Amino acid sequence: MSAFARQAWAVADAEMHKLARDPTELLTRSVQPVLWLLVFGQVFGRIHAIPTGTASYLDFLAPGILAQSVLFTGIFFGIAVIWERDLGVLATMLVSPAYRSALVLGKALSAGVRGLAQAVVVGLVAIAMGVDLTFLPLHLAGIALAVLLGSGIFATFSLVVACIVKTRERFMGIGQVLTMPLFFASNAIYPMEIMPGWLRVAARANPLSYLVDALRALMIRGGHSAFGVGLDLAVLALVLAALVALAARLYPTVVT
Amino acid sequence: MTSEDTAAVRTVGLTRRFGDLCAVDHVDLGIPPGTIFGLLGSNGAGKSTTVKMLTTLLSPTEGTAEVAGFDVRRDAREVRRRIGYVPQLLSADSTLTGYENLLLSARLHGLSRAARARRIEESLSFMELAGFADTLVRSYSGGMIRRLEIARSLLHDPAVLFLDEPTVGLDPVARRAVWDRLVELRARAGLAVLLTTHDMEEAEVLCQTIAIMHRGRLVAMDAPAALRAALGPDATLEDVFVRHTGGTVESGGTYRDVARTRRTARRLG
Repeated sequence: MSAFARQAWAVADAEMHKLARDPTELLTRSVQPVLWLLVFGQVFGRIHAIPTGTASYLDFLAPGILAQSVLFTGIFFGIAVIWERDLGVLATMLVSPAYRSALVLGKALSAGVRGLAQAVVVGLVAIAMGVDLTFLPLHLAGIALAVLLGSGIFATFSLVVACIVKTRERFMGIGQVLTMPLFFASNAIYPMEIMPGWLRVAARANPLSYLVDALRALMIRGGHSAFGVGLDLAVLALVLAALVALAARLYPTVVT
Repeated sequence: MTSEDTAAVRTVGLTRRFGDLCAVDHVDLGIPPGTIFGLLGSNGAGKSTTVKMLTTLLSPTEGTAEVAGFDVRRDAREVRRRIGYVPQLLSADSTLTGYENLLLSARLHGLSRAARARRIEESLSFMELAGFADTLVRSYSGGMIRRLEIARSLLHDPAVLFLDEPTVGLDPVARRAVWDRLVELRARAGLAVLLTTHDMEEAEVLCQTIAIMHRGRLVAMDAPAALRAALGPDATLEDVFVRHTGGTVESGGTYRDVARTRRTARRLG
């Protein structure tokens, strides 16, 4: 393993130790997606207001809700960095010879692990609700990859915001402001075809849409991707790489 | 004094400005290996900014700084390989055990698996924490956390150790324990330690050389005894500090800083 990979893994490994020691976070985070599927999904599925082709609305919604929970988990990740800065944990990491991008990628990886845990919860609820899931090994591997990339993107984006605003109070405000537009300007709960033109443009530029698109093809039996799973994963990987590079540049400014 | 060429830390005209404020103003320092060097000054004197530049966390605006033979700007990663740093804030992760804290640092420094196990064990036992390796840092006392942080900073066998106010906020017993460890460290061949402090007693006990910093400038630098002797037979280090930082009417606000420093020293002592 290269030095870069070893350093990123060291950061992710420490984060996973913390998570294993106190997994309550995983439980509390699963409440929201469960509610969306149980309440929103069932009600909207019943009124048939949203055109989803031959798939049921719940089949259409389940991948969107997994993507949403990946977004919500990742987007507040930056608060931990502000916390670490205030404590001085970050300064000692930045004084190590580790690559700054490896430190950032390590954080992104640990967000990915949280995302995978969300995927398991959403998957179980979806099974219980009769969503037509597929369990082909290749699809499962694809889901894991998409969730890792998506979690990494939103966690790193959050880290970039944290590096800019630097205080918890400002961060919380901005985090709230960012979450809803990212969610609603995507194909998570309704298809792009019914969006007005301007919103469709926003949704095409939103990485969440590519995550949802990939998950729709990978999770649901007979599911279709509008953009192509290959393109979805490529876009997600590129966005993650760009964000990691940006965050690595901004990371050291947090402690000054 | 060791020759200039082998200095563990050397700065020439080191300067850092934040807008109009000159936090560090043309500082020239030379710290030979094997010494503990104390940087004294009131709050806002520029000590922490100096340490941040020397540890590559902050770029100098002007001047040069070499640490362990490498330029802090050009060879930042090489500098980081060779330094240990304990920031003023408590920086151990309270949700990890002592061992896990050290393991993360050892891995970021690229220590091999075998070296990690050995160095972590050595560092913990040197800092008298061997029995607490698997305890969550959350349940450590303040003094134990400080000793753990020093243990962490020693894992990769650094050439220069930076300690930013290492005993601030500790009770006298915990402070003494940290001092004892630092005195033993001084005996280790070659390690240079730069510590910043408000605490005159700490400077007197630990440091071979003291530099007094005031409004970003170095206003005095010598062995503690020499600094005292220059002022008079009964002079204390506190007198030296007041004299050089100008705790008088004409130097305005600094009197408050000196008073605060004295209060801190009294509280800790």
